[in-house]
Amino acid sequence: MSRLEILKTYKIFIGGQFPRTESGRYYTPLDKKGQPLANMCLSSRKDFRNAVVAARKAFGSWSEKTAFNRGQILYRIAEMLEGRKTQFVEELVKQGSTEAKAKQEVELAIDRCVYYAGWCDKYQQVFSSVNPVASSHFNFSALEPMGVVGIIAPQTNGLIGLVSTILPVIAGGNTCIVLASENLPLCAITFAEVLATSDLTAGVVNILTGTEKELVEQFHSHMDVNAVIYAGGNKEHALAIETGADCNVKRVFVYANDFTKATDENPYYITDLQELKTTWHPIENVGGATSNY
Amino acid sequence: MNRNKTFKNIPDFKLSPTVDKVGVEERVARFQTRSIKNESKVQGLKLVLNMIDLTTLEGKDTPGKVRQLCYKAQHLHDLQEGLPTVAAICVYPTMVAEAKKALGNSGIKVASVSTAFPSGQSTMEIKLLDTKFAVDNGADEIDMVISRGKFLSGDYNFVFDEIAAIKEACGKARLKVIFETGELASLDQVRRASDIAMYAGADFIKTSTGKIQPAATMQVTYTMLCAIKDFYRKTGVKVGMKPAGGISSSKLALHNLVMVKETLGNEWLNNEWFRFGASSLANDVLMQLVKQETGHYQSADYFSID
Repeated sequence: MSRLEILKTYKIFIGGQFPRTESGRYYTPLDKKGQPLANMCLSSRKDFRNAVVAARKAFGSWSEKTAFNRGQILYRIAEMLEGRKTQFVEELVKQGSTEAKAKQEVELAIDRCVYYAGWCDKYQQVFSSVNPVASSHFNFSALEPMGVVGIIAPQTNGLIGLVSTILPVIAGGNTCIVLASENLPLCAITFAEVLATSDLTAGVVNILTGTEKELVEQFHSHMDVNAVIYAGGNKEHALAIETGADCNVKRVFVYANDFTKATDENPYYITDLQELKTTWHPIENVGGATSNY
Repeated sequence: MNRNKTFKNIPDFKLSPTVDKVGVEERVARFQTRSIKNESKVQGLKLVLNMIDLTTLEGKDTPGKVRQLCYKAQHLHDLQEGLPTVAAICVYPTMVAEAKKALGNSGIKVASVSTAFPSGQSTMEIKLLDTKFAVDNGADEIDMVISRGKFLSGDYNFVFDEIAAIKEACGKARLKVIFETGELASLDQVRRASDIAMYAGADFIKTSTGKIQPAATMQVTYTMLCAIKDFYRKTGVKVGMKPAGGISSSKLALHNLVMVKETLGNEWLNNEWFRFGASSLANDVLMQLVKQETGHYQSADYFSID
């Protein structure tokens, strides 16, 4: 007798937990043949608010972790992802990718985790500076994470788009709320399971599923969100975010690329979400033979 | 305001009613399903603000911290018009004079913890002195702790006499009796402690010190509200209720108001008879109020630090 397959309930990811949406609603994305993929949570603004609360709570401990430790945890994500490779490939195929392309996407995602894991304890040295000034001051600029970042992930490429937008944000010590691709959301929640088992502080990454149209306003109007990354590809939504973000002067970044190329990774994705803090420290002489520090 | 007194004819506290825990949980769950419309919510939130005993009870408290808190009590969020003040400031006895001075004639009361708060492990003599010191410095309300050790070993007379003695020492100040329900283990014990305190003269009964978890769960508060209702029916004397500790969200505070209304009625829905002991609740309520007005969820960055 053939056995019934146990289907997975895809829930959202907030504060390290997998709750159902507070609204109790769901939607059913379809695959290319018009068959339902799964019942996904249709997140509401209250889920978004809860996610922001979780992200804010996690920001303190995550940003205070040593850069080296953050790197270790990101590397751990790569390890966990490697272990679940077949599951991700299967899901991508379900969502309409070919076997070969799916394998390529998953491998790229794993490599990208390792790439950003490496940058965790290096971007600060590369992008901080000691500045020459015309007075007796030791003047230096260092990077600090912005805080809570809202991310609207690319609509295409359910896995690599998600990974490529999340990783540089958390590598730099920020925490985030991510809205997964509306039509290709399966990998996002499975990726949340990876995050939940990677020693990542609960609340550093919070993943919601649902429609961009409904939630886009929340991303730019919430006063406790410090920056928004928009990679959804809808010009109207991008404009709405850019104009709406003025309520608390959020930083807004609109990414137009699809992150599938191996070159779609660079440390500037990390520094985008960093504020530069410059400090003037009084000192007798700077540099040269008379320097005494 | 009718005030409680120490009763001469007291029931046998060993026979205090037992509490149906499952029933309490079901009832409490239903309070949390009430749909509160926006306009009522705004009214409710303002009422919550007006019921708060803004509290600082830390070893590191200084006169400066107390002055800052007193300022906050009077100016919750000046950008928002039409806000009430909180009901009272709750501090240690040594800070009462400072708080009294800082609050002036704002109408905000000063509550002082006493009787070797939070453990209550001290001699009767010291507890009385502690209370008198606070009252002499101008405390309007005294928050005493019961001797949980004596209570749990069944020495109910000791607990009763202690509360009665402190009640006497309070003079005109209103007496709140803290049970520290997190240490009482069962709802039956909470009910018994409530009966003892009310017959001994408590003007308020209060769940917790805020130092022990769990603190003011809705189950515990509901049990105490029911005890207040029974006491009122028997004696005609009103007793106030103060859940303290763990109530830090507006939502939970509103659920508590629903519970008070449906258990004791509108007469208890003011800061004469119901208080929240809290330090971080005020900011959450303020953020919700501003959210109701602007439509945008707020950030703690734009509100005063507790």
